[in-house]
Amino acid sequence: MKRAAAAFLVGLVFGAGLLVSGMTDPAKVLGFLDVTDAWDPSLALVMAAAVAVFALLYRLALKRPRPLLAADFAQPARRGIDARLVVGALLFGVGWGLSGFCPGPAIVSAAFGDPRVWAFVAAMVVGVAIARIPGLRAVDRGAE
Amino acid sequence: MSIVNFTPVSALAGGAMIGLAAAGLWWLLGRLAGVSGIIGGAFSLRWSEISWRLAFLAGLLASGLLAIWLVPGKVQFDLPAGLHQVVLAGVLVGIGTQVGGGCTSGHGICGVSRLSVRSIVAVLLFMAAAMVTVFIWTHG
Repeated sequence: MKRAAAAFLVGLVFGAGLLVSGMTDPAKVLGFLDVTDAWDPSLALVMAAAVAVFALLYRLALKRPRPLLAADFAQPARRGIDARLVVGALLFGVGWGLSGFCPGPAIVSAAFGDPRVWAFVAAMVVGVAIARIPGLRAVDRGAE
Repeated sequence: MSIVNFTPVSALAGGAMIGLAAAGLWWLLGRLAGVSGIIGGAFSLRWSEISWRLAFLAGLLASGLLAIWLVPGKVQFDLPAGLHQVVLAGVLVGIGTQVGGGCTSGHGICGVSRLSVRSIVAVLLFMAAAMVTVFIWTHG
């Protein structure tokens, strides 16, 4: 329960950051992705600021023996660059460019009431399920 | 090329908040705040893995609800794509993020912060793919 409450608050702040930065507006994201004429560089600064803050606090946390509400830090397994990474990133990029939505902003802006956002989120969950469900038991045995 | 609609102050402030939230998840639960990974991991058979993930996603949605309730005039939202394009995009984002192991937050923020070469390559690839897609959509 404490972990769920913490995760809810983190989601709230994460979403607030997306709202403040304008990343919940697909037109603004597309303004970054359209580099040919009128370019909006804002998204690059959002990422730079997020990386700067997280990089520092991430390292500070690792000096502690464990997280405050969990047994250990879940470090992703070190893996190389493989075909799955390349194909997955390219598919995601095409979907991002076709809509201006990546997963976080899509969920935040589902609150705005446009049925097309609900359709995006539903389609995204179907896509996740297509990729995940066949390996569900394997995933549960693994690190994730 | 000209620079338009550039909002550096809100971009930096919002970005810092996103970084802070990601750090909060790491400090509290020891988990990396990749939104696609949080969604994908909710397809689990264990409630302990499902509950905090659903709570995080509820927090995201709640931030949007609070925004339209408290500051409705300040919420900018313009989705240029039509329904069919949006559905296709959603499926591609869903599959792509799971196969590629991350999205703009997981690879883009957490992975780049950890200097993961894998994540840096993923960011360059999905940015390039998105830019080419937008170019074809708007100029094709």
